[in-house]
Amino acid sequence: MYDNGTHVYTVEKSVKTDLFESHDHYNVDELLSDDHKLARDAVRDWVKAEVSPIIEDASEKAQCPLHLFKGLAEIGAFGPSLPEKYGCGGMDEIAYGVIMQELERGDSGIRSMASVQGSLAMYPIYRFGSEEQKMKWLPKMASGEIIGCFGLTEPDHGSNPAGMTTNIKDDGDSVILNGAKMWITNSPVADMAIVWAKNEEGRIKGVIVERGMKGFTTPEIHGKLSLRASITGELVFEDVRVPKANILPNVEGLKGPLSCLSKARYGIAWGAIGAAMDCYDSALRYSMQREQFGRPIAGFQLTQKKLAEMITEITKAQLLAWRLGSLANVGKATPAQISMAKRNNVNMALEIAREARQIHGGMGITSEYPIMRHMMNLETVLTYEGTHDIHLLITGMEVTGLNAFK
Amino acid sequence: MKILVCVSKTPETTANINFTNNNTEFDTNGVSFIMNPYDEWYALVRALELTEANGGSVTIVNVGPSINDAVIKKGLAIGAKDAVRIDAEPTSALFVAKQIAAYAKSEAYDIIFTGKESIDYNGSLVGGMIAELLDLPYISYASSMELAGSTATLQREIEGGTEVVQLDTPFVVSAAKGMAEQRIPNMRGIMMAKKKPLNVATAEAAQSNEKVVEFKEVPKDRAIKMINPEDMAELVRLLHEEAKAI
Repeated sequence: MYDNGTHVYTVEKSVKTDLFESHDHYNVDELLSDDHKLARDAVRDWVKAEVSPIIEDASEKAQCPLHLFKGLAEIGAFGPSLPEKYGCGGMDEIAYGVIMQELERGDSGIRSMASVQGSLAMYPIYRFGSEEQKMKWLPKMASGEIIGCFGLTEPDHGSNPAGMTTNIKDDGDSVILNGAKMWITNSPVADMAIVWAKNEEGRIKGVIVERGMKGFTTPEIHGKLSLRASITGELVFEDVRVPKANILPNVEGLKGPLSCLSKARYGIAWGAIGAAMDCYDSALRYSMQREQFGRPIAGFQLTQKKLAEMITEITKAQLLAWRLGSLANVGKATPAQISMAKRNNVNMALEIAREARQIHGGMGITSEYPIMRHMMNLETVLTYEGTHDIHLLITGMEVTGLNAFK
Repeated sequence: MKILVCVSKTPETTANINFTNNNTEFDTNGVSFIMNPYDEWYALVRALELTEANGGSVTIVNVGPSINDAVIKKGLAIGAKDAVRIDAEPTSALFVAKQIAAYAKSEAYDIIFTGKESIDYNGSLVGGMIAELLDLPYISYASSMELAGSTATLQREIEGGTEVVQLDTPFVVSAAKGMAEQRIPNMRGIMMAKKKPLNVATAEAAQSNEKVVEFKEVPKDRAIKMINPEDMAELVRLLHEEAKAI
């Protein structure tokens, strides 16, 4: 991890115990293997021990708990479904999904730290890199020694990445990189970035840009009211000379970055369930304890409507994610299917956070409970990695065959 | 250093406890199971620490049906070298102890660990019974253990203080809180566990002539009585007459 000395971390541990219990209304656990459950429970225990005690404070102070990069690496959250020969987990896609679910149960920002490292920085090297690039980067990224980030979105090109202006020009053994990328998770502390840029023929290539290359800077974006425990920045390239050996040889065009996004969106479809579960669990417990008119508010019909709808939506989202995972395990999950699950599950989680907030009354807006933090986080998750609307249009195009984007 | 860690499967700590069959059997419906925390956090982790520092290997043993494999795999993921499941319903502490003793007899373990108790039936019996059956010394409720060569120094929390015990291997020890810290398995460990041997052994014929006649639940509707803090006489009266606690 890159540390220029400006990344403060003064977060204090809370003495409050994380009481989270999972609720499995449809015995979805029976669809999981022993290994999936072991992975899920391990990450759940890790989150309770390492994330829950600090996350409210980190979020309030907008300080990224950078030491968690090492912890995430140790638990095996970086590239768990990439092969063991590169120091990764060698697990299947459902295992990757439940890991993301449990991380996001803790906080969407912590899940983002892992999503970006695994799906957006390591995955493109694994999928499109040379064997030499894989051996050079992947083991050190799996162990957390090297932190990566991913540059696709630009200040003027979000939903339309094909319009990107970041570019590379041929110069002997090197290319010269110019442009800027925006909203880059992990960028201020990253040691390297996977950057998507157009070559002189206008074709999109993936370039590994390393910290320390002249003309490459990563200014931090401040003032975020969401994902406050995750660090976000820009990537700025001013005549950065990048050796041609750093170009990912096996991909050209938008399918490069889009396949990474598919992988990350898949993880988000699972992750959002975690945030929803945490809100539901907290709302259920609170409503059983909170008494009004002489009895627990959980006994009132309008509270029950909220709770019943929450667990219904969580259950549907779990089944969607599990089916998507089963398809992904045999390489059959399509980008359109992933879009549907990402869109549905994130929106589901955000709706549940809002309902849970109402059940908590005034307490729901404080950092005594995780609700408001999840809600603010999910506002980002709703539009990053493909906005809620864009994913709808992807489904629309899939079912009609007609492109409504342009 | 060859260590055997006895592990049992217990309901998850937040499980709803119900009984069936005229209150003679625990209702496992909808209950998730975990490795008994005393076996996992204290016994297994300390055993692993000792072999990591001194060399050697840790084997897990469990008496139970194949559904217990999920719990055993966690132990392998945390770091045990291999595991043995003795394929039988664990009907009583003596039955379990006889199975483990029969298995351990020919294996010459230096140390046999158990947790100080299981969190379901809280019997604290199996460790002592194994020691008796194998004619080994038994140290119960140990909260720390250091090893120098084949000499172990253990601490036991006793009423009002600590007892420090020293003895040579082999012996049986039951591990209490303080012995070690929880170790969370990582993804690599979970994948490595798939390649580790989980052997299934046939159970010995062992009679168990005890049976559960009934489980009685604590009455759920015991009302809370609020007493004026100034009124000690009323508190004493209630404790004496109603709760019959004094």
